[in-house]
Amino acid sequence: MNELAITVIGRDRPGIVADVAEVLARLGANLTDSTMTRLRGHFAMTLICVGPAAAEVEAALAPLAADGQLLATVRAVTPDGGAATGGEPYVMAVHGADRMGIVAAMTRVVTGVGGNVTDLSTRLAGSLYVVVAEVDLPPGTADELAGRLDRAAADLGVEVSLRPADPDLL
Amino acid sequence: MSGETRGPDAASAGEEYAGLGDWTPEALGLPGEVRPVVSAPHPALSRAGAAVDPTSAETVRLAADLIATMRVSPGCVGLAAPQVGVGAQVFAVEVTGHPKAVTVHGTFVLCNARVVEATRWKAGREGCMSVPDLTGDVKRASRLVVAGKLPGTGAPVRLVTDGFEARALQHEIDHCSGLLFLDRVAGAHAVYQRKVYL
Repeated sequence: MNELAITVIGRDRPGIVADVAEVLARLGANLTDSTMTRLRGHFAMTLICVGPAAAEVEAALAPLAADGQLLATVRAVTPDGGAATGGEPYVMAVHGADRMGIVAAMTRVVTGVGGNVTDLSTRLAGSLYVVVAEVDLPPGTADELAGRLDRAAADLGVEVSLRPADPDLL
Repeated sequence: MSGETRGPDAASAGEEYAGLGDWTPEALGLPGEVRPVVSAPHPALSRAGAAVDPTSAETVRLAADLIATMRVSPGCVGLAAPQVGVGAQVFAVEVTGHPKAVTVHGTFVLCNARVVEATRWKAGREGCMSVPDLTGDVKRASRLVVAGKLPGTGAPVRLVTDGFEARALQHEIDHCSGLLFLDRVAGAHAVYQRKVYL
C-alpha cells in the first residue's frame, strides 16, 4: 500500500470534506491523520491516507477541481511519521503590529537552537498579528532560546513569550 | 455590603492584611470619567506598570475612571490601567452577577496587587477589551490569594477568591505586568476568532 499526502485548498462551500472522503473511500484509501480549517474563509485540508497509487487518487479527485474553485494535490510519501523527537515541548506566542517577516524571523530563531515547530497557527485581527507555535526543543536549550527570541522580538517591535507546554493529561 | 457576601477573606485567619471591609467605589469621592480603551498592538499594553502611591489624587482619579469605563463597557468584568494607556499597577474588577462567578467581592480597585498563592489550575476561555477580535484558552489558578492596596486610604487588602473572580484578577494583574492573555495561551489551536463580544 502507498502512503499518500493530499491537500485540498480553495473556495469554501458545504460538502467539500464529504466529497473528498467519499472519493477516498470508494478507492479503498484509508484516511489516517487529517486536519481541515478555514483560513480567512478559504477551505484548507491536509491529510495522509494509505491506499492506491497517487495517480489513481489524483484522477479520482480531479472532478472536484474541475470548476477551478478547488485545487487538489496528491503525492506519495515515505511512511516515517510518528517518530518521537525526544524534545521538550514549549509554546511560543508572538503578538504585535502586523509586518512582513515575523513568522520567518521567529521560527528561524527556533531552528537556530535545533528546535522543531510541531504545530503553528497565525491570526491577523485588525492590525494585530498573533503567532502561536508549539515547538520541541533539545533538552536544556529553552533559556538560550528565550533570550534569542527576546532580541529578535525587540528588533521586530513585537512581544514574545516562551513557556513549557502544559503536560497535563485528563 | 457585608463581609460574607464579599467572599471569604484572610482577616479571620489572623493575617496582617484585611479583606475589602465595607469599601465601595463611593469611598473614592469622585464620579469617574470614561476613558478611551486602547487595543493591541498598543505599546502601553506591553509595558509593565509602575507601582503607585494608592493615596495620591492621581491614583484615586484613575481608580474612579477605571470603574466608570468598566461600567459602560458591555461584558467587561475587569479593566487595568495599561488598557487606558496608563502605565500603573491599578485595576478594577467587577464580576457580580456573572454566571461563572462563585465567590464575588463586588466592585473594587486594587493598587500594586500581587499574587500570594495560586493553586488548582484550570483551563478556561478568556477575552479582553484590548484584544476585541480574539479569545484564547488560558490555564489559571482557580484558588487565589491576592495582596494589594485600596485606592484612597491605601489600606492593605488580602483577598481570597476562586473561579471566575480569581481568573479575572490574574488577567488584570497580568495587564499590570505588561502581559496579555495571548502570552499564556495553551497551544497553537487555543486562539479563536471572537464571534460575539460579551
